[in-house]
Amino acid sequence: MIRVVLPQHLRALARVGEEVELHVEGPPTQRSVLDALEARYPMLRGTIRGHTTLQRRPFVRFFACEQDLSHEPADAPLPEPVASGAEPFMVVGAMAGG
Amino acid sequence: MSGVRVLVGTRKGAFVLTADGKRDRWKVCGPHFPGWEIYHLKGSPAEPDRIYGSQTSGWFGQVMQRSDDGGETWETVGNEFAYDGVPGTHMWYDGTQHPWQFARVWHLEPSLTDPDTVYAGVEDAALFRSTDGGRTWSELAGLRGHPSGPSWQPGAGGMCLHTVLLDPSNSKRIFAAISAAGAFRSDDGGTTWRPINQGLKSQGIPDPNAEVGHCVHRIAMHPSRPSVLFMQKHWDVMRSDNAGDSWHEVSGNLPTDFGFPIEVHAHEPETIYVVPITSDSHHFPPEGKLRVYRSRTGGNEWEPLTKGLPQQDCYVNVLRDAMAVDRLDPCGIYFGTSGGQVYGSSDSGTTWAPIVRDLPAVLSVEVQTLP
Repeated sequence: MIRVVLPQHLRALARVGEEVELHVEGPPTQRSVLDALEARYPMLRGTIRGHTTLQRRPFVRFFACEQDLSHEPADAPLPEPVASGAEPFMVVGAMAGG
Repeated sequence: MSGVRVLVGTRKGAFVLTADGKRDRWKVCGPHFPGWEIYHLKGSPAEPDRIYGSQTSGWFGQVMQRSDDGGETWETVGNEFAYDGVPGTHMWYDGTQHPWQFARVWHLEPSLTDPDTVYAGVEDAALFRSTDGGRTWSELAGLRGHPSGPSWQPGAGGMCLHTVLLDPSNSKRIFAAISAAGAFRSDDGGTTWRPINQGLKSQGIPDPNAEVGHCVHRIAMHPSRPSVLFMQKHWDVMRSDNAGDSWHEVSGNLPTDFGFPIEVHAHEPETIYVVPITSDSHHFPPEGKLRVYRSRTGGNEWEPLTKGLPQQDCYVNVLRDAMAVDRLDPCGIYFGTSGGQVYGSSDSGTTWAPIVRDLPAVLSVEVQTLP
């Protein structure tokens, strides 16, 4: 089971708590985790990555295991502690004013 | 007794203000979608409990909301706004061509007859329509595909399609306005469009009389006389008596003819309202006095309305979508400010009172008159 931590605004949008658990077939990647997240919570489509481009939105970051994975390839395997559920995959709204 | 529901979009959420027909005691509900920019909320004329909302964020992009119970609960609907075909380019601030790129929905205009049909004016300027209650959106690409499209340039606030007017006497006629391209009209339900900017003069563009390129801030019409249009342009208040085929200036004795919103009285088609703002470099009222100006002659002759509005040290702005009228008698009129105040008048603007004073900066105000 993959654990995903969402930022407050997306929790409110999806009407979930801080963390959701997702089943992902095979070794998890950014793409497969986000595919599973959007399949479970369709209201999140377009808020983390573009609808058709599937590119991460500029002010959204992906962290896990104290690393910034935002610039990793979408199909790169996520760290083993994320795959095992020991650590969450974190979707983060970048710090910015306003 | 009938009542009103005022839908307020702000920089940090949506608020729903309700009152009975006296309009002297208000209930404030919200914030809905706290922390998000709510550019616009508007109810369906055909089914008033159906309300559409545009929710946006610099972080998380565009979300569309729909309520079927008058704004008490909301459902997320479709947020995919894909330009038709290969989007092409328009003029950028530096004179180069820039790809059309969706940023947000500025304005929602529900159909006059079908609760499931709603138009969305977006940035970068384009018009979309949904016929399934907001679940899916299709571009009316003839507007952006007008031959002048590649020459359109953004205004300071972005290249937004901010005004959509549906002609109640002709279901095929739609008006739209874009900053800073100008006003456009379709007479075939949105398939083809033509610029309707003859008579506009804008000193901020190379050819002041150009066919397109004018920074139209807002257009208003009275539903009983849809061929008479009133426009607040970047500078100048304008009027057309032939559905936009030509315009003439009606700024008259206004202290300044810069401003954003313009509205028409619900029962008097020649009574119109503007909020003069000092200039495009000073986005606040002249002399620190917040004054709505009313013309009972369709323009040219204006009177300041000041009772109940701050007349010293007031430096707020009123944005283009932040003024609306109800349909009660006497007509009520409402506007919201960048300082978070929403003011209302239940006597056609003669006297005013704040409904709420300390909301986030107000982006839009719409009113529904309830049976």
